[in-house]
Amino acid sequence: MDKMPKWADVILTPLISLILAMGISALVILAIGESPWMALTTMVEGALGSSYGWGFTLYYATNFVFTGLAVMVAYHASLFNIGGEGQAAMGGLGVALVLLYLPLPHWAIALPVAMVGAAAFGAAWAFLPAFLQAKRGSHIVITTIMFNFIAAALLNYVLVNQLRPVGSMDPASARFPEATNLPALTDIAAAMGFDWGRNSPVNVTFLVALAACFLIWVLIWRTRLGYQIRAFGRSEPGAVYAGINPVTITVIAMLISGGLAGMMAINNVMGEAERLVLNAVEGAGFIGIAVALMGRNHPLGILLAALLFGFLYQGGGELALWTSIPRELIIVIQALVILFTGALDNMVRMPLERLFLTMRRTSRGAVK
Amino acid sequence: MNIRESLIAILVLGICVFWALADGAAAQQGIGSALRLMTPLLLACLAGLYSERAGVFDIGLEGKMLMAAFTAASVAYITGSAWLGLAAGIGGSLALSLIHGLASITFMGNQLISGVAINFLASGLTVLIGQNAFGLGGRTPALTGDGRFGPITLPGAEAVADVPLLGPIYSGLISGQTILVYVAFAMVPITWWVLYRTRFGLRLRAVGENPASVDTAGISVTRLRYTAVAIAGILCGIAGAYLATGLSAGFVKEMTAGRGFIALAALIFAKWRPWQALFATFLFGLLEAIANLYPNLDLGIVVVPSMFMNALPYILTVIILAGFVGRAIPPRAGGEPYVKER
Repeated sequence: MDKMPKWADVILTPLISLILAMGISALVILAIGESPWMALTTMVEGALGSSYGWGFTLYYATNFVFTGLAVMVAYHASLFNIGGEGQAAMGGLGVALVLLYLPLPHWAIALPVAMVGAAAFGAAWAFLPAFLQAKRGSHIVITTIMFNFIAAALLNYVLVNQLRPVGSMDPASARFPEATNLPALTDIAAAMGFDWGRNSPVNVTFLVALAACFLIWVLIWRTRLGYQIRAFGRSEPGAVYAGINPVTITVIAMLISGGLAGMMAINNVMGEAERLVLNAVEGAGFIGIAVALMGRNHPLGILLAALLFGFLYQGGGELALWTSIPRELIIVIQALVILFTGALDNMVRMPLERLFLTMRRTSRGAVK
Repeated sequence: MNIRESLIAILVLGICVFWALADGAAAQQGIGSALRLMTPLLLACLAGLYSERAGVFDIGLEGKMLMAAFTAASVAYITGSAWLGLAAGIGGSLALSLIHGLASITFMGNQLISGVAINFLASGLTVLIGQNAFGLGGRTPALTGDGRFGPITLPGAEAVADVPLLGPIYSGLISGQTILVYVAFAMVPITWWVLYRTRFGLRLRAVGENPASVDTAGISVTRLRYTAVAIAGILCGIAGAYLATGLSAGFVKEMTAGRGFIALAALIFAKWRPWQALFATFLFGLLEAIANLYPNLDLGIVVVPSMFMNALPYILTVIILAGFVGRAIPPRAGGEPYVKER
């Protein structure tokens, strides 16, 4: 018998973790002599108070949906992929190469091609850690960390020595061809006669992210492969006994994970910057960890958590702009969310379980 | 030492000797710089060694060092004393260690996730508090005078300075470092002795391999693991304090720059053993020093870009982890919380 009803596990525990994280963040803000209420209203106003703010919130959320899903798929195979940062960076390289060197006449053609390029590069970057984990038992957490640094060095080299246009001092690639630029949601809204989110970067990739959430839900809970991934994640010996090949599943799960992380690049590289710059990922790969933990490794939860972090990210930017609180506050909140939902999970869960057990006992006593 | 380790040792010594013969002054400068750069790596690596040998994975070395660097620099600036800074550094790092201990020992949470959280916590808090306190965009004001650890001239350094071979090595490299460099090097034999020659060390190693057996013997697994995590905190604290008050003159945002992860790499490279850790961190320090001195290393046939040199520790670690050159096997109970049988 479960100690807690399902709704408590799915909604209550992340909510309490979030409240704890927010509470401590409020204390931190108080400690540096600012008002938490003022900080919260500034963030809400900046991120949700206008369609412009929403445009940024949704843009950031799009990034986090991809990296969150990436962490989630690996997590269901009980692999902790903290290489999303490097995989997303390599995805950016894939997008840049495709857009710079293939003649793509229209964004509707460029988008699927760039998605393939992004996913292929992201997946390729996840392949070696996956293969080493499956075949040689090298711990995937350590190898993916190392691959993050190797990706950063590689990208630095490629941008400075290869992709940088002649005469440019900036370590960045040339601009992508005009025809491949993705339409922003504000353009679509304008075409339909609305004035929404002018000058905000959210683009059609947001819709791709929504589709990705649904597809990943289908993949994990409605297909044979998803079943194999979950079975392997629950119990490796059990999965092997059922005839599931652990090497194949580890590699496939990580390829999907890396591919998803890489796909983030169509949002930030193709959709927003429209060229490849240094450190384009800006920590979104790591935020994916918090998003996946917060979203309880379910696409719907991840979508909601990504929106929350999108709000925090945009709100944090506004905070830095209008108050003396630097945007690093968001990193603190992110750390606390990871801490409470991931590492200190039992601290929240154990008292809750006890509470529900006593409640059940007293209600049963009342019936008798 | 097995054949692989001997070969790598000969190779590294060969590089140093070759460098010294080709350009003595540059080699002295480079190796001296390597000694200073390896110090935080060595301390953090030994910190990870205590923690992981006791069965608690620690990928939060980076965050603890960063926090220590910040608290050390702040207190050293305010009080003007590097020693008080060192104490504050150890305190800052220990606070994060306590969180890691709570999460991974008491609440039996995921040690890797806890480490990730600690890294972000340090990365955010240092800038948040630093900006609030000093208003310099996350930096602390530059430290001067007693706020920093100065070089110490060892006895007899001037006397032997002109002796060939011995002179440059003793008075140029060994003498004239800050006290924390000597502390770091002294920690290697101390760690070896504690780990392999004391009862505590035996228990520490046992708790990382088979905690149930330690528990059966009537020794508290929880207490041993907390002790190990606290030692790791102290060592990371010294490492961070050295970064901010020895190597540089103050705290800069993200100043650890991945050193915690290189230390982790060195720990795997050393297969969780102290003398090998000394060696691995020297190798990685040397790589960093070479990359600093020669941004584009011209080897005659190919020009090695500095990015490659910077990534080399990580690449080497992946190769070691892959087990193609001797396998790195972590402590068996590493990463798993100990659940007492009821």
